[in-house]
Amino acid sequence: MQDFRYLSGVSTLKLDPDACTGCGLCTVVCPHGVMALENNGEGGGKGKKAKIVDLDGCMECGACANNCPTDAVQVTPGVGCATYIIQSWIYGKEAATCGVNCC
Amino acid sequence: MLEPKNECSDTPGCDCHAGKEMLPMAPAGTGETAEVACRGGALGKRADPMERPGYVLRSFVEAFVRTPAGPVPRVRTTLDRSDRMGVLAARLGFGRNDYRVAPGLYCVGNPTPDSPVLVTANYKLTFDALRRALANTSAWILVADTRGINVWCAAGDALFSSEEVSRRAASSRLADVVNHRRLVLPQLAATGVSAKAVKKGCGFSVVWGPVRVEDIEPFLSAGMNTEPAMRRVTFSLKERLVLVPVEITLLWKGLLIGLAAIFLISGIGSHIFSLSMAWSRGGMAAAAGLAGIVAGTVLTPALLPWIPSRPFAVKGLILGALAWAILALLFQGKAGGLEMTALLLFTIAVSSYLAVNFTGSTPFTSPSGVEKEMRIAIPFQAAATLLAIVAWVGAGFIG
Ligand code: SF4
Ligand code: SF4
Repeated sequence: MQDFRYLSGVSTLKLDPDACTGCGLCTVVCPHGVMALENNGEGGGKGKKAKIVDLDGCMECGACANNCPTDAVQVTPGVGCATYIIQSWIYGKEAATCGVNCC
Repeated sequence: MLEPKNECSDTPGCDCHAGKEMLPMAPAGTGETAEVACRGGALGKRADPMERPGYVLRSFVEAFVRTPAGPVPRVRTTLDRSDRMGVLAARLGFGRNDYRVAPGLYCVGNPTPDSPVLVTANYKLTFDALRRALANTSAWILVADTRGINVWCAAGDALFSSEEVSRRAASSRLADVVNHRRLVLPQLAATGVSAKAVKKGCGFSVVWGPVRVEDIEPFLSAGMNTEPAMRRVTFSLKERLVLVPVEITLLWKGLLIGLAAIFLISGIGSHIFSLSMAWSRGGMAAAAGLAGIVAGTVLTPALLPWIPSRPFAVKGLILGALAWAILALLFQGKAGGLEMTALLLFTIAVSSYLAVNFTGSTPFTSPSGVEKEMRIAIPFQAAATLLAIVAWVGAGFIG
């Protein structure tokens, strides 16, 4: 979403190019076009690999990591909800909730 | 595998005995004319043939289709009055926690064993939006039990999960109803559902559908292909404004406590406590609080893409300061410099905090980012509130 940008350089998204098989699933499920398949030059036209093309567009939803067949993408998914974060500071991550009415 | 029969076989004992294609529902107004209610007035409707003791027939079901897995409700693709009232109530924040449809298999149009299966959440608003978008489609709808929560939030909370989808496909005997082994899932469910795990769990492969329901018919007619735009989340003015009423209704409790505190603090002064001061100064402070709320929960979402700066805390602060400037004009002559400063601090603390709060409803703010800005913003917001109270009480003694 190019017209909505949030803080830069904070996403926990990581990609391990060696583990990537180039299946392209991460590019399909990402709602922000963060990943793209690129030809990495190896093996003629076949050697496709995922690449992070817009790290700051990532909202850490975890869809890519959840669907990557080889665990090549990793991200710490979480809830970007203020109530949840405050609770996690006070009570710890396990006990935190958004409150009944959230989402 | 048995073919689903859409036609009634009229065998004895079959509960379908009138309709040709569908199992019958009571035609409207079939009461015999001789029947007159004892207490006068019109009789209620006859019981629907599909009514069962202990169950409620939902108004969005228009008929039942026979399948090898039993009758499957065919749902309307239009919303009626009760649906619309429900939408309104949910948008305003009433009864949001129990607004669901029963999980399981439904259908729209005249589906065949080759028709696509669309999977969705059992939050009624989600279900309503989906059936409304399927006016020209024949399809099966598999509703997962997401505890009455929408697709995106349920997937994030692991309620819309691979296990739930697999379980629901099995318990609905989907494999007996359709010939193919393909489920169309909303893309935003990918946070909770893994295509691989669903395949393993129930043998169906997952096709990721578009993000928005409006794109489903184009997606289906394009042979289940998406344009890149269908894969991207948007956050239009309308999508943002729809969230505002709920944001506000979530504030009620804090608002009452805040108001009580405001009047208490405003009355403190050289007379220890003065009711008339509590009233006049409390009114000003309450107006400042209200300005902060409007700036943080209405103006910030509405003007989001146009407010400079990326941190929401700063966006809220900017709008809070603007809202305060309007108050300053209104309160000219009524409030002194110290009081206006206190009100400024109070307004921006409220608006800035509520703006950060809104990140929870946006589809683009990363939790790492929200946590980062909160670490910086919360101490400032707390300090501003504290300073505001000190200045306000101080002004009470001076004035
Ligand atoms: S889903 Fe995983 S393996 Fe497939 S392209 Fe993306 S990173 Fe590579
Ligand atoms: S975490 Fe979500 S937004 Fe970030 S790259 Fe993965 S799918 Fe895209």
